[in-house]
Amino acid sequence: MTIEVNGKSLETDEEGYLSNLNDWEKDVASVMAEAEDITLGDDHWEIINFLREYYEEYQIAPAVRVLTKAVAKKLGKDKGNSKYLYELFPYGPGKQACKFAGLPKPTGCV
Amino acid sequence: MEEQAESGIVKKFLYVNRRAPHGSIYAHEALEVVLIAAAFEQDVTLAFIDDGVYQLKKNQDTADINTKNFSKIYSALEGYDVEKIFVEKESLDERGLKEDDLSVDVEIISSNDMKKLITASEVIFNF
Amino acid sequence: MLHTINKSPYEKNSFETCMRLAAAESSILLIEDGVYAAIDNTKISELIKENPSNFKFYVLEADLKARGLDKNSLIPNIEIISYKGFVKLTVENEKTQTWL
Repeated sequence: MTIEVNGKSLETDEEGYLSNLNDWEKDVASVMAEAEDITLGDDHWEIINFLREYYEEYQIAPAVRVLTKAVAKKLGKDKGNSKYLYELFPYGPGKQACKFAGLPKPTGCV
Repeated sequence: MEEQAESGIVKKFLYVNRRAPHGSIYAHEALEVVLIAAAFEQDVTLAFIDDGVYQLKKNQDTADINTKNFSKIYSALEGYDVEKIFVEKESLDERGLKEDDLSVDVEIISSNDMKKLITASEVIFNF
Repeated sequence: MLHTINKSPYEKNSFETCMRLAAAESSILLIEDGVYAAIDNTKISELIKENPSNFKFYVLEADLKARGLDKNSLIPNIEIISYKGFVKLTVENEKTQTWL
């Protein structure tokens, strides 16, 4: 599978996760979000950027429980909770936000 | 995983790591398996024995061998509530390594305590 | 507890590490290239003979045979078992640790 971003054709796996992490740019997230009927706002970007930093540091996409805890630690409890994160990413902050951030599907995700 | 693991049986899993990190796929695969077990909230313990202790050496940089630097993942284990990481002192000593040389907080234990740890675990995975 | 070793003691330290970390009275089964540890009059045979941790040693017959070995070349306190015996040992022991 591929997605079209700024005239470039980027390869993804069958679930829509980018095959090559280095292909990511901000518009990748926007195009993916649009296809899933989400308009990305500052709150979304905060989580997407958080995930990219997490990946840079630990080389994995965190499971949702781990993400929630890490967000709580960095951005506070009003953001580090399932309700807040699921409102931003209804298909799951693990699966959906990682996809938008250009990361692989979280380990342990079924 | 989007749902919490359903309340099932929690077993005491021990993951025994005895191989150096980059010569084979075992160390990286072991980590993947550990993360999955941890995501399902199992009781996870890691043991590093023999060349396995090299997995925890700090400052690994794989840029020039074109592989993923999975040594960074060990630092993520704490976030997965994997906090029982045991290293056999004799294996470290034989290889001239000290606690300072390791990338994460571990508990360094004697062969005798490692023996007890193995005996006390319910399921053992070997890598 | 049952421990299995499938590497030659001269190729890898699996045998040595098992000797160090198996609890006293454990059963130790030598299979595949692990059977080379069962040969008498080698640099490691004394360790098995002295047996300070009181291990019970077994060796898998099929793997011995495949390597041209038989009971005449083995350390006396090692018991030769068949695949059936292997299964029995596995069932008898709650846990198995595999020293790869």
